[in-house]
This record gives sequence, structure tokens and C-alpha cells, in this order.
Amino acid sequence: MMVNFSLLLPAVLNGVTTGAIYALIALGLTLIYGVLHIINFAHGSLLMLALYAAFFLYTLAGIDPYVAVLILVPAFFVLGYGLQRFVIQPTSHGRDENILLVTLGLAIIIDNLALWLWTSTTRTIDTSYAFEVIDLGFAFIPLPKIIAFFGALAFAALLWALITFTDLGRAIRAVARERDGARLVGIRVEHVYAMTFGIGTAAVAAAACFLLPTFYVTPQVGYAFVLVAFTTVVLGGMGSFVGALSAGLLLGIVESLGGLYLGESLGQLGIFVIFILILLFRPMGLFGARA
Amino acid sequence: MLEVRELSKRFGGIRAVDSASLDINEGEIVALLGPNGAGKTTLFAAIAGFVRPDAGSVRLIGSDITGLPPHVICARGLVRTFQIVQPFGALTVRENIAVGAHLHHASRRQALTRAEEVAEQVGLAPRLDQPAATLTVAGRKRLELARALATDPKLLLLDEVMAGLNPTEVSEIVPVIQAIRGSGVTILLIEHVMQAVVSLAERAYVLNNGRIIASGTTAEVASDPQVIEAYLGHGAAARVQSRLEARHAP
Amino acid sequence: MTAKIAGAVLLALLFCVPFAVQSEFWLSFWLLVLMYAFLGQSWNVLGGYGGQFSFGHALFFGIGAFGTAILQVRHGVNAYAAGAIAIALGAIVGGAVGLLVFRYRLRGAYFALVTLAFAEVARILISSFDYTGSGFGMLVPLARGVANFQFEDRRVFYVIAWVLVVIGALVAWWLENSRFGARLMAVRENEDAAQALGIDLIRTKVCAITLSGAMAATVGVFYVQNFLFVDSHLAFGPAMSIEALLVSIIGGMGTMFGPLFGAVVLHALGEAAKQITGNAPGLNLAFYGLLLILALRFLPNGITGLLSRHPARRSPESTHA
Repeated sequence: MMVNFSLLLPAVLNGVTTGAIYALIALGLTLIYGVLHIINFAHGSLLMLALYAAFFLYTLAGIDPYVAVLILVPAFFVLGYGLQRFVIQPTSHGRDENILLVTLGLAIIIDNLALWLWTSTTRTIDTSYAFEVIDLGFAFIPLPKIIAFFGALAFAALLWALITFTDLGRAIRAVARERDGARLVGIRVEHVYAMTFGIGTAAVAAAACFLLPTFYVTPQVGYAFVLVAFTTVVLGGMGSFVGALSAGLLLGIVESLGGLYLGESLGQLGIFVIFILILLFRPMGLFGARA
Repeated sequence: MLEVRELSKRFGGIRAVDSASLDINEGEIVALLGPNGAGKTTLFAAIAGFVRPDAGSVRLIGSDITGLPPHVICARGLVRTFQIVQPFGALTVRENIAVGAHLHHASRRQALTRAEEVAEQVGLAPRLDQPAATLTVAGRKRLELARALATDPKLLLLDEVMAGLNPTEVSEIVPVIQAIRGSGVTILLIEHVMQAVVSLAERAYVLNNGRIIASGTTAEVASDPQVIEAYLGHGAAARVQSRLEARHAP
Repeated sequence: MTAKIAGAVLLALLFCVPFAVQSEFWLSFWLLVLMYAFLGQSWNVLGGYGGQFSFGHALFFGIGAFGTAILQVRHGVNAYAAGAIAIALGAIVGGAVGLLVFRYRLRGAYFALVTLAFAEVARILISSFDYTGSGFGMLVPLARGVANFQFEDRRVFYVIAWVLVVIGALVAWWLENSRFGARLMAVRENEDAAQALGIDLIRTKVCAITLSGAMAATVGVFYVQNFLFVDSHLAFGPAMSIEALLVSIIGGMGTMFGPLFGAVVLHALGEAAKQITGNAPGLNLAFYGLLLILALRFLPNGITGLLSRHPARRSPESTHA
């Protein structure tokens, strides 16, 4: 196939910016997995919820999505904390399969309540800056995508700093590594679990705010994202921070190029095929060491 | 019956089993001794096909079984139990044992009948209809033994079937194991309860840091200075020796 | 035991429905309940008895539905032969997925996710080609007649669905009273111990998923004959996969009549909710999600657990990472 650089470069750039959002969503998921060792099936649905929240903050209150970060991140942190502490934890009875099923149940509830409340209409927002583009010399790229890219990276850096330098971060790492030991030295494990889930959910809220100006929201959008997020996490190695980041960028590019060469519908296929292949042949992820 | 030759298994940089060799003859009870972390359970796992050895060979009744999957090895007549008991928690004791019995009995009824016989043999008969999850530690150890026995093995590898039992329970299970040998099953056992080892096993191998450091009759092995050192630490043998001499000195 | 008597009584009552109920609506309603009960039983074989939780059972349903539709529409194959081939295809795909996934030791949440991904791959592929209806679905031409497996009288389909549910219950009974079933449950409870006792893990699990795939494909074939239409989103989408696991979990996993209880209770409650809320889209599904969480929280052994005297069929210890 002829490689056409005037098409290829913008597609790659487009992929990188989408990939940064994927990475941020996946960071939340991988953090929850790394600490609680659970797979949060409701992650995509929470993203969808955050997209709606950002949408309504803009349309009803006139709050710009980039400003809404300041509202939605704490709000979704509280939501995530509550879900883990009062729904997931008491319902799972400590069984891994149950946790997966509880989060599946949450996903079903959130998705369908959204369908009921807001119907399946596709909604977008019109911001003044939506069509501004930056000329990079070799390609044009929409301004919101640039903001999304750097916003996502900045939030990822913030998460990293939180985990690395704060007392909470130390407690989270302790629980992730040695739960019973952490309990013995007086760490409230249930609290740390819920904090982690809250932080993971907050990451999703941030991603939603960066995503909305160049994207849309429907009740089904969560399901589309949850598989992408899982693929990112698995590709990067379950529980790996750097892995999720790199895998997110990589997947963004794969999807963008797949769409360019195979068309929208088949382009999606690439992600699932990667997901299956990785799970089968390198379950520790592309960047993980062989166990 | 069982010939293990130069068997080695490494995990990362650690040699869990380091060219270990041992022989078991038909009808024997042989003990595998060694301090915690010596590699006993890994050696068992490598013999029974649960981990693939890096080097060496295992022969069972003259045929090579090195690296075969566990279910194939089980079908050839070698079955192991687990140190950390692994009951099928939701199934009853009867159903648990029947799983083992199904190896040679396709019919459900025959397998259940065989399960009852085996339960009788190990003293689990009163608990047949109880879910395995509700058994006590002693009960679970017996169940572990019963399930293995129900496969009609030629060689039984018992991994600490007495750990966690109180002295009464130990003295109850010793004759059970003797009776199993009496019925023609050869036994290799890992055990920490020395009293039980001495009363059960004729011969013993001692493993330390993955290597066989001593073998012989149980009495010989128990007084081997290298073995005492392995168990009690460096210099222990000399201290024990000098204390014994001091006691015998006029 | 009580649960089994209740199940048998329920089956007998359900047999009477087409003779007692005149309304077309309620006949269709109970027909769907039976269909989902059998779909749930197919999930139950693998998930309930085998402990392998599939999140993508729609794959097998879809293979059955599209298999028979394509064979009839594109190749003019007789409906019965097409159905039989489609069911065999369901078994083959089940076996192939099983061989691949179990050989590489995927279990627990990983197994769930990879089955979901397989269903999505199938959905996208089916939506992408003209041969498979390219997203618009497949319409089997109306040609009433016994020879075409199309019946004027809907009660015939109802009786067929009822027979399927009876067959499903017999399959479960066989699992509870056979060597294969004993081995499958042993694998569910503890893989290491099962291997040590001579059980071939891969073979056991592959057999279970093959059987499960054939059963789910049967539902797909039945669906197409009944409605003469199927599209890729309906067949391979997440709703069908969720339906399969939901009725089984709410009814009681690893029990003979669990999926039937689950399907009856879930759809009766769902229908009631629909009537009360005036058929608001999505609300009845949200209600299903709520029921799933409530069942996990308060009924760890499902409805069957409520009915039986032995509450601890599933042990708290047999957790897998």
C-alpha cells in the first residue's frame, strides 16, 4: 500500500491525542485493578455519566468543560468512594467473580437509567473554540485536541505524584503490595480501597471533561469505552502506570490508522483483536515482565 | 517403583530443587525431611507434574513420566496431596471422594460406593453428607488423603498430612497410613511431626537448599550431623555432640 | 429437593399456558421466558456447573441465528438442515474458543472479558459484509409450513420452547449425576486438586463450552424460526450475553431449575415494572441490573437457595484470583 504522509501524519497525531484520553481512562482502571485486584466493569458507564454531567453543566449552567474539571473531579471522587464503600464492598462477599458481576450490574443500571432519562439522542456541545485549529506546519490539528492531550497528560502526572509522594499514596501502595500487612500496621484497608476507587473514578471525570468538546455523548458510549479501556490496561500490563500510558497512546494510533485504512467499522476490530491476542499470548502485557 | 534422577527446578535465581535423586521401592514408606523452604513441596510438584523440571528425570514403574501433565501422571498411578488442603468446598465429602474414584469408575453409582468404602478406611464415614467446607482441619486432611486414595494409586505422595493436627489426631491418622501401605500402596511423605515419621517410615531423605544432604534409615538420618545443622543452624551439631559428651562424661 | 419439586411443578404449569391463555401477548411473553430459560441453562452449564463466567454468550446465540438465516437465505438450505448445521457450528465455535482460551489458562475475569471481546469481534464482522446482512440484519422469507419449520400456530413454537427447557433440565440433571458433571464441578471448585485427581482441565472445560455453545446456538436457531428476522446488534450485542448470565445467577447458579426460576421471576418483575412505568425504554433493564446486585448481596444461591434447605452449595472459600 502506498503510504501517503499527508494523510498519515494527521491520522497519527489524531490518534495520539485520542490515545492520551484512553490513557487517562485506563489509568483509573489500572489503579483500581492494581490496588483492589478487581476489574471494574462500570468504568465506561461512569465515563458516560461524567460526559453527561459535563454536557449539562455546559448547556444548563454555561460552565465550560475545562472549568467543569474542578467540579466534576471532586464530585466523581465522592461518587466512586461511595460506590466502593457502600455497594461493591458489601455486595461482593469477598469473591472476585462477584465483584465483576456487581460492577456489571452497576453498568447495566447506569447505562439504562441514562437511556431512560436522556434517551438515545446523540448530544454534542458547541464551544467557541471547537473549530479552531493549530497549524503545525506539516498538519493541522484542532485546538481542543491539543488541550485534551496536555490536559490528560497533566492529570496523569498529578495522579503519579499523588501515588508517589503523599501519605495516601504510600498507604495505597502498601495495600496494593501487602494487604494483610498493611492492615496490621494500622492502615484502614477498606478506606484505602474506597479512596482508590474514588481516585480512579475522578480520573474518568477528568477524561470526560477533556473529551466532550471534540466528542459526543450517548448512553451507549460507556460500553464502547469500557472495552477500549480494558484493552489499554491489559496491553500495558495490569496495574502498571507507565504501561497504561504507553498503551493508551499506542491504541489511539492503532485505532486512528485502522479507521484510515479499513474504515470506521472494521477499524474498531483492531482493538478487540489486540485485546484477545494480548490476553492469550502476553497476559502480563506488552511491557510487563514474564511472571 | 519411583526413580528420581538429578531433578532440578529454578525459580528466577533460586534453585528450589538442585539435582535431587531418590529411589522408592514397592511397598515402602519413605519420608522426605528438611527444614522449611528446603524445596520439599517443589520436589513433590515436579515429580507429580505440577511444575516442569528444568533438568533430570522421573521414572514411575520403569516408564518415564518427566514433564507429563498431572492428570496423566495420576492415571499412571501416582497421586499427590496438598500441604494446604484443597477441598471442593461446595461438594459433600462423598462427592469429593467420588471425584477421585471416577478415575477408574465411569459409573456414578460405582464411584459413590467406592467413596463410601474409602471414607470408612480413613474414618470419614460419619461425615459423608457434610459439605467439605464445613470440615475441621483434621477432617480436611483426612479428606485430602481419602480423595487421593480413591484414585487407587500405586504410589501416594503425602504432603504434611499431619501438620496442624493435635497429638490425638496424629495418633489416630498414623494407623490409617499404615493400613494404606498394608493394602499395597507405596508412600512417600513430607512430614514435620518427627514422632510420626519415626513410627511410619523405614527410610528417609533429607533435603536442604534444594539438595539431598542425607539418606538412610530414619534413625541414621535423625542423628546425621549435617541434618542437625540443617535443622538447627550452623554449629548446632557440635553443640549437641559436646552436650551429649558432657552428659556421658564421668 | 424442595427446589426440584418446585421446578417440576412450574414446568407443568408452563405447559398449560397455551391452552389456558388466549391472549397473543401473554403467549409471546411466556414463549420468550422459556427461550431465555434455555439460554440461561446453556450459560449455567459452563458458568454455574463449570465456574467459567462468560460475558459473551451472545456469540453462540448469534452463530446459531445467523448460521441458520444465512444458510436458508443465501444458499436455500432447508430450514431443518440449516438449523442442525447452525447448532453444530455453535458447538464448533464453542470448542474452538474453548481450546484457545483454556489452553492459555485464561480464567476468572480474564475469561469473562475475552468472551465479551469475541462476541464484539463477531458483531463487527457480521455488520461489515453484505453476505451477512451488513448491519441491516437478515430476513428469512415467510413461507408457512411444517416443511419450512414455520408454524401458523404460535403454540407449536411454544411447545418446542417448553421441550427445550425440559431438555435443559435433563442436561443439568445429567451433570449432577455423571462422571463428566462431577469432574466439571471439581474443576469449578479447585483446579489444582482436580488435576491431581486425574482430571484433564482443558478437556473438561472445552467439552463444557462446546455443549454450552451448541445449546445457545439452538436458542438462536429457534429465535430465527420464530421471528424470521435477526440483526447483528440483537444477536451479538451485550444485552443477549447479559440475559444469559442474569437469569442463571438470579435463579441460582449450578442448579437444575435455576435458569427457569430466574427467567420467570426476572421477566415477570420486568414486565410489571414496564406496566407501572408506562414502558419507559431502559427502565426495565436498569431494574434487572438492580435485581442482579440485590441477588448477589442477599441471595448468594439465587432463588433456588431460597427454596432449598441446604443454603451452602457455594462455599465462601472457593474464590479464584
